[in-house]
Amino acid sequence: MNIRDIICKIDKDVYEIPGSYNKKMRARGRLYLDDESLENLEDGALEQIANVACLPGVYQYVVGLPDMHFGYGFPIGGVAAFNQRNGVVSPGGVGFDINCGVRLIKTNLTKQDIEYKLDEIVEALFKDIPSGVGSKGMITLEENEINDVLDHGAKWAVDNGYGWKEDLEYLEENGCIEQADSNLVSEKAKKRGIPQLGSLGSGNHFLEIQVVDEIYDPEIAEIYDLKEGMVTIMIHSGSRGCGHQICSDYLRIMDKAYKNHNIDIPDRQLACSPLDTQEAQNYLKAMFAAANYAWANRQIITHGVRKTFEKILGKSSKDMDMGIVYDVAHNIAKKESHVNEKGVSSDLIVHRKGATRAFGPGRVEVPEKYREVGQPVLIPGTMGTSSYVLHGTQKAMLETFGSTAHGAGRVLSRKKAKEDFSAEDIKRNLSNKGIKLKAASDHIIAEESPGAYKDVDNVVKISHETGIAKLVVKLSPLAVIKG
Amino acid sequence: MNKLYEFFDVTADAGFYAYGENINQAFENAALAMFNIITDTQNVLNKKTYTFSIQSEDKISLLYDFLEELLFIHETEFMLFSKFNITIDNNLNLKAIIKGEEINWEKHKRGSEIKAITFHKMNIEQTEDLCEIQVILDL
Repeated sequence: MNIRDIICKIDKDVYEIPGSYNKKMRARGRLYLDDESLENLEDGALEQIANVACLPGVYQYVVGLPDMHFGYGFPIGGVAAFNQRNGVVSPGGVGFDINCGVRLIKTNLTKQDIEYKLDEIVEALFKDIPSGVGSKGMITLEENEINDVLDHGAKWAVDNGYGWKEDLEYLEENGCIEQADSNLVSEKAKKRGIPQLGSLGSGNHFLEIQVVDEIYDPEIAEIYDLKEGMVTIMIHSGSRGCGHQICSDYLRIMDKAYKNHNIDIPDRQLACSPLDTQEAQNYLKAMFAAANYAWANRQIITHGVRKTFEKILGKSSKDMDMGIVYDVAHNIAKKESHVNEKGVSSDLIVHRKGATRAFGPGRVEVPEKYREVGQPVLIPGTMGTSSYVLHGTQKAMLETFGSTAHGAGRVLSRKKAKEDFSAEDIKRNLSNKGIKLKAASDHIIAEESPGAYKDVDNVVKISHETGIAKLVVKLSPLAVIKG
Repeated sequence: MNKLYEFFDVTADAGFYAYGENINQAFENAALAMFNIITDTQNVLNKKTYTFSIQSEDKISLLYDFLEELLFIHETEFMLFSKFNITIDNNLNLKAIIKGEEINWEKHKRGSEIKAITFHKMNIEQTEDLCEIQVILDL
């Protein structure tokens, strides 16, 4: 049977894959897609939702979000929650770039305030914030310091002079998951992590200067301190080679663990282990350490951005009010409690792979300043397109374990993108729109062409219309820096 | 055998086939393919030599561990490599002698960063006089 024949529409832009599709399924699949995105989706990605729904302890249903596409084992743009009592943990449900995430910095500047110096700012940022393959990070760590970074995350960075105390308040988990344990991180991962701290990376990672272009929800925008015409800076980066290595190390361990614990899985890349096993506990603590590394990394980059703005504009970053709006992780697994539609509360391990937490009003995890309206949800666009800030909702709490999409989602391969688009054309196109672009290499520009991605406007539209995260403001790019 | 390796389409990442008359050659060409994602290896001189040995439980794992080790040396030593000499014995012991030079982005062409090697569709197919490898990398 083709999986498409059994999918049923349960609401506008909401579909379900019934558990009867495959006799090993222990839960349903739930998809937040419009008709067109569903039609264009690879069958493989739908099969992956059904496969994940076969894992032990999977709770309620496996969620596919509006930007969903095919991944390794688990689809990207998906959420899978497992009961803490009898569920599993899987490194494939988090992905290689642990705590890849997005941070938004505000300012009290307008486009007019920086326009005349924009070229200078872009050149300086490109020089000051290392990006691209084979680059050394902004800071040099001593060998033993890497453990402090892994154990304390952004807190380590702030304690060492990279940023402001109040920054920590506006980071998911305050930039540090305390259960992290650097003892469970391999020497290899540490060695990869040491030279790269404070670097952006390559591929879809970026640094962008933007302007608040449109306000959809004035009340919430005000609570988030976002005003029309305000210049913002967005950072998209992750845990670098350190996190990639931690994922690789534990994939090998889990590949043995699932066999030892007799877990029947439909795809080797779903390798997992029950939560109460040593393998799962060690993975979680090492994965949290990678998450901490990523928060420290984005914190150091933030510090670099502030210093560059200070240097070029001749004002202090405090005078420019360069505080953090929020920082979200979109590749992570965390222990969370969720109450379902029937009012039953469950302790879960929520895996978000290419999914942004979108906690609604009242959750204690959300900073006090935002708690009444739900957390800011940062959804980055692609090179030259808009990005968005949404807010978490009660509907997301009930339906998607408090989650929504994480970006545009790729539709064209890098090879195809290079064949279809030229760096020169893209540069010209952006320049015509008044957007500056600086990249480590021309070939990354072609590979990351906006045409290679889903339309981010449509991704956020589906999120907004289904109510799993609702629009607050639109951010348009003034300048993009790519690795 | 005409081609040493060739790239194929994967939505979000990069895939390649590497060929050889035997498994040693196919591993060498897999390494070459990987470094041609990072840079253009034609501009990478053989100034420095590294050697390492690894052992794994099966051929697929050996390929994974081999490519991962190359990525590790590249990232931690800031090296690019263009010449690979691989010998694999019957007990799946791999000995590698690799040559290259330190990264200099003024001179070397800057390609993509490789996040990780994946097991996804990883394959080694051997016939009497041909070995074909398939790898997908996470970018």
